[in-house]
Amino acid sequence: MANINRKKGFWLSIVLALAVYVVGQVLISGEILNSFYINTLFFMAINIILAVSLHLIIGITGQFSIGHAGFLAVGAYASAIFTMKLQMPFGVALLVGGLAAAVAGLIIGIPSLRLKGDYLAIATLGFGEIVRIFLLNVDYVGGASGMQVSHLTDWTWVFACLLVTIIVIVNFTNSTHGRACISIRENEIAADAMGINTTYYKVAAFAIGSFFAGIAGGLYAHNFYIIQPTNFGFLKSFDILIFVVLGGLGSMSGAVIAAVLLTIVSAFLQDYPETRMIIYSLVLVIMMIYRPKGLMGTKEITQFFTKKRQGIEGGESDGKHTAA
Amino acid sequence: MEFVQQLINGISLGSIYALIALGYTMVYGIIKLINFAHGDVFMVGAFVGFYAITGLGMSFFPVLLLAMAVCSVFGVLIERIAYKPLRNATRIAALITAIGVSLFIEYGTIYVRGAQPEAYPGDVLPSTSFHIFGATISSQSLFILGTSVVLMVLLQFIVHKTKIGKAMRAVSYDAEAARLMGINVDNTISATFAIGSALAGAAGVIFGLYYIKIEPLMGIIPGLKAFVAAVLGGIGIIPGAMVGGLLLGVIESLVSAVGYSLWRDGVAFVVLILILIFRPSGLFGKNVREKV
Repeated sequence: MANINRKKGFWLSIVLALAVYVVGQVLISGEILNSFYINTLFFMAINIILAVSLHLIIGITGQFSIGHAGFLAVGAYASAIFTMKLQMPFGVALLVGGLAAAVAGLIIGIPSLRLKGDYLAIATLGFGEIVRIFLLNVDYVGGASGMQVSHLTDWTWVFACLLVTIIVIVNFTNSTHGRACISIRENEIAADAMGINTTYYKVAAFAIGSFFAGIAGGLYAHNFYIIQPTNFGFLKSFDILIFVVLGGLGSMSGAVIAAVLLTIVSAFLQDYPETRMIIYSLVLVIMMIYRPKGLMGTKEITQFFTKKRQGIEGGESDGKHTAA
Repeated sequence: MEFVQQLINGISLGSIYALIALGYTMVYGIIKLINFAHGDVFMVGAFVGFYAITGLGMSFFPVLLLAMAVCSVFGVLIERIAYKPLRNATRIAALITAIGVSLFIEYGTIYVRGAQPEAYPGDVLPSTSFHIFGATISSQSLFILGTSVVLMVLLQFIVHKTKIGKAMRAVSYDAEAARLMGINVDNTISATFAIGSALAGAAGVIFGLYYIKIEPLMGIIPGLKAFVAAVLGGIGIIPGAMVGGLLLGVIESLVSAVGYSLWRDGVAFVVLILILIFRPSGLFGKNVREKV
């Protein structure tokens, strides 16, 4: 029964996704949206990919990473090199961007994921800065003045990447591996004692999260006409972090909702960057003091629809506790 | 002697890092929180110093004291408003709050006074220079070094010889037991923030005098590097922060001396990652066995 329901849910989501795609495509090709809205829409999708990929690392595995912009930068530059310097097709470049970021994730993850909590946060922050400074000093990719990139991102690519990201991360979360990751988040020592190879799962989650951040980087690079190291500073990492924190550590739909909301907010506050940052930071502080679990806690949006049935069936424990 | 010259520059820079790192390490030692806003307290100190010099025409020592006083009040305010409600929250919640506070201070400052940089007037300290071993030492860097050393000695005195210092050490060792012994833990934490922030404020003024240019986002990179210095020395250990700061300053200057001056910002983070991999408890740290 549950299996059929799940299957139904899967097809329902696919149909919904297609509907969203078609609506988006009609709105764009019918020239109903002006370029500002189209840009915001693309940016929203890229932000959702970033939010969901960081959600896997922070929300599911409980590893506090604040250098996500570093992976974004690796993906952006790797894919830009492939399209601009090596004349490869966009799809290949995106994949390469993702893979490059995943490799970077492995390189940084294997040593630093032995660290816990604050130390890991600082190590990832340091990694993000190293990437930025590296890009700043390498002339091949333009150094401080940045790199020219042609505009290749379109709605089909953005949407396909978004869909793949969400499907992969949802399935990962619901798989054995995902449960292992959640157990690490809840209590790493207990997970270790239960025979879970915590290092392996932490690194795996980190690499997958980095991979999708790299894909987002590819889309991001080809959406603008130029990429510069300053686009990938600490503030960018912070932007991504706030999606996950605001949405609720451990809730993917929360991360998606937060990404959508904040992209809209920041699109309209574009001319007032200070105001935007002040609002962001206040939201963050007030949120942590009064509602530290974020908008959705660890709940997913689908749980609001299935809750009733669960209650009748005697309450399948949702098995979710506080994140981290 | 290029090498000696760079060594001297490195020690001046390192003493600034060390002053900031002390605040990080004290706060971390007592409430296990990376106070990201610490770098911004440093920035506030620099601006207080700037306005006191240009607006009120004060000389070096009154400016230093004023900046330290303002910053310590500021640090206590941050602690009371933002961190105290989170005393029992998760570490991540506290860390996120700290990042939020940091950004709020940075962009609040930009909102209030604009993002344009300011230049410290150069005539606050007497500027003569000495020549030793072929290297030039300006009297400014001697002043800076002297001030830092005095402040660090003062800190050692406070931590080891006064009642509040004893309370601080007790709370950082075991907050619950300290509370049972009748120590007012909240006041002790506030005092730690006050002392740490005062040092950061002093570092801000010194930084302004030495590097001239100050701006609202200047606290980020020195703040992060000072944190690296604190980790390098062993976080929570006061002499460790001093040594870590000086060492980091010297390393950075030597990297510049070898000709990689554009990479010097990255070196600190490479040092950080190396130290975290090979000796996560820092140079002065002891290995703590994990208890379940």
